[in-house]
Order: sequence, then C-alpha cells, then structure tokens
Amino acid sequence: MTAVRVLVGTQKGGFILTADGSRSRWDVSGPLFGGWEVYHMNGSPADPERLYASQSTGWFGQLIQRSDDGGRTWRPMGNQFAYDGQPGTHQWYDGTPHPWEFARVWHLEPSATDPDFVYAGAEDAALFRSTDGGASWDELPGLRTHDSGPNWQPGAGGMCVHTILIDPSDADRLHVAISAAGVFRSDDAGRTWSPANHGLHSEGIPDSGAEVGHCVHRIARHRDRPDVLFMQKHWDVMRSDDRGGTWREISGDLPSDFGFPIAVHAHESETIYVVPITSDSEHYPPEGKLRVYRSRTGGGEWEPLGAGLPQADCYVNVLRDAMAVDSLDECGVYFGTTGGQVYGSSDAGNTWAPIVRDLPRVLSVEVQTLL
Amino acid sequence: MIRVVLPQHLRTLAGTAPEVQVAVDGPVTQRRVLDALEEDYPVLRGTLRDQTTQRRRPFIRFFACEEDISHRPPDELLPTSVVSGREPLFIVGAMAGG
Repeated sequence: MTAVRVLVGTQKGGFILTADGSRSRWDVSGPLFGGWEVYHMNGSPADPERLYASQSTGWFGQLIQRSDDGGRTWRPMGNQFAYDGQPGTHQWYDGTPHPWEFARVWHLEPSATDPDFVYAGAEDAALFRSTDGGASWDELPGLRTHDSGPNWQPGAGGMCVHTILIDPSDADRLHVAISAAGVFRSDDAGRTWSPANHGLHSEGIPDSGAEVGHCVHRIARHRDRPDVLFMQKHWDVMRSDDRGGTWREISGDLPSDFGFPIAVHAHESETIYVVPITSDSEHYPPEGKLRVYRSRTGGGEWEPLGAGLPQADCYVNVLRDAMAVDSLDECGVYFGTTGGQVYGSSDAGNTWAPIVRDLPRVLSVEVQTLL
Repeated sequence: MIRVVLPQHLRTLAGTAPEVQVAVDGPVTQRRVLDALEEDYPVLRGTLRDQTTQRRRPFIRFFACEEDISHRPPDELLPTSVVSGREPLFIVGAMAGG
C-alpha cells in the first residue's frame, strides 16, 4: 500500500505528516525537538526509514538527529562541523572581511544508494559529508576555498549552502547553491568546484553579470533530465539545459519573478512550480492572494493555481526549502508557509487543501513516497 | 561532587533532572566542570562551547553564588561554595527572547 510522509522543519521543532496513497486524511505528529529550529529533515532514498534532521538554536548550537524507524525514535549523532584548516574571511554585508564562522546546517542531502552517506550544506557556506550515518562529518574544502570564496557575501538569511543536487546519472556530479554567491558544480564528488552562473544578471552587485555573487534562492531538476536545471533567483526564474553551463530567463508572464522555492513535477520534466512574492522587500504574495504558478512548458508560460488557497488578505511567504513533490501516479505537491500552514495538492496543483494550519514558521518541507 | 543546573533545552537533550552532579578530579575550574559534564553527557558536546576553540558559546552564561562568572578565565578556580557542593553552578541560556 502506498503512503506519503511529509517532513516539516519549523522554527520551533519538526513535524511529520503522514497519509495513505489517497492523501485525503493526514496524521500530524510532533513537535520533534520542540523549541529548537529544525532547518531541514530529509529521508534516505536508499532506506526510507532512515531520516536525518538538522536541529539548532542560537543558544546551544547545532545537533544532527537520526532516525532508523521512519521518525518514531531519534538519536543525536555527531555535531562537530569543523572547517578544514584556517578558514579565513569572506565579505560581510558592507564589503569588509568577516571571519568564516559555522552557524548551522541548512540542508541535508542523503545519497541515493547509501543510507549512511549524507551531505550537509552549512552556514557559513561550506559542504560537509558523513559516510557513517552522521556520526562524523568532514568538510569538502574545495568549495569554500574556491578562489572566489573571499568575495562571497551573505544573503539576508546568512551565507549558506542551501541546495545540494546529486546528479541521478552520476553521483560524482554535484551542484550546490549558495546565497549570495551562486551556483557551483563539481564533477569529482566535491573535490574541486567551478562557478556555474553564466547568464545570470543581478542588481545589487557591482557587475550585474559577474561570475560569482548572485543570490540564487533554489535550484531543482527532474531525475530523468539531469542536464536540465531550474532556478528561482532573488529576482528571475531561470533555466539551464547544459547542467548549469549557461542560464536563460523563463520568468515569462509571472506576476512577479521574485520568490524562493522552485520544484519540478515528479513525472513531467517540463512542469515546474514557483510561488511568486511581491518583491525583495515585500515577502508576501501579490494582492494578498496565495497562488502557486505552474508552467507546463518548462517556463515562459505560467498559470496561477489558487483553488483552495487563501485568495484574500494572505501575507505569508514560502521559504526556499519549503516546497516538494511526491511521486505517486498523480503527482502531489506540498508547501509550507511562514504562517505555519502546510498545504497539499494531490492533483499536481489543480486544487489545494491545508494539511495543517497552525504550525510554527515553516522552514522546510520534504516528501517521501512510501511504496 | 559538583552540582550543575542545566537549562531546560539541555535537560531534555541529555535526559536529566534540572540538576546533575559531576565528579571533578583536581582543581575545580569552569573548564574541568564542563569537561566532566561532557564526559558524562556526550550529547552536550558543542552545546556549551565550541568543540574546536573551546570558547563559550555567545548565548551561554555561567552563574554561581549570585554572580555572573561567564567572563572569568576558564582555568580560574570556581567559588568555594561550588567546590564544596553547597551551591550549584548554573548554566543559563542568555535571556534573549524566542
């Protein structure tokens, strides 16, 4: 029997939402790690019962929790995230040098084949790897020590590795996205990295088309089309057909091309979803109407999807890691808001319903399809 | 034995009562008490001080005998009342809302 497990990280704990394949009735469990920020929870594709969670607070630092039974029980794992060597400085918001300081893990990305192998994207920007199920962590320093590293600067949320994509056709090929440095790619399992931002243009940096310095909010791909990447940037929705070698804008007829998340339909590689918000300073939907926009043409042409979502007086945001899809026959789409609602659609976005309405601020949403 | 009062989040994390007791060999200093605490409760490693630099986390405070001793050198002896077990060492999360 099929089932869906939605892993929700919030500002005050983690929650697990479960339903059978009909996705009509949901069980809500949590909070896990109550009172702590859970930036991300994610499951291993190789063993769906293996879950990882990033738990942190400004008071007590970073913990990594692991479950081997689908979230019923958890145990703290290793939490020493030490930069390799002397980390040096990056740019602060005002352009002055600022020491590299570990703050938290934003994103956990388990391997497709090994439940004990997991990447962690950190603030200040660095990529860590565990090969023992989270017991110990080693930095892959080639990213942070890229020649451009001293010029990276934080976005409003911090200078973080927030997206980690493992190429489904070759696990040595990685893409990460850093706010506000941009996309970097590696073809050697994270040993060496190169920027992948050609075609991006950003206001707010001295050279709008610079190789590095773009505030990329999220990148996503379909597993069957590893060369095609989609991006929600600070402004602009973008697409690359050559693994990030070049990007072109696909914002098209969106009411605003500012937003945070972007997701790809599980079965249609040209169907993508974004949640436009008004502007860089007005992080809420245009006209107070919460609408997901879907393109079935790989970008350019977009349709609003608001059925079941609040269409008046709605001023929430959807953060970059807070949208995901399931892979049931009719693709389910899920997102969480800064107002604590988690919405789901079991018909690829045509209609929506709240799964839960009053959680703390939602930081992340991941979905496991259990077959 | 040295008495240590933990903040709520760390009690939950370590699975302890509000107050724990740790044995400290040799001079009773802030550093040695934290060493003993982390030895008994490994899950607390990194929650009170940086695991590499051993520096106190910025939002952690240490109080004893109604004094803030957060900024005293980590190898300074703790007050006699703490050493004797009459008073606990309070580990406190800074009052910063949230």
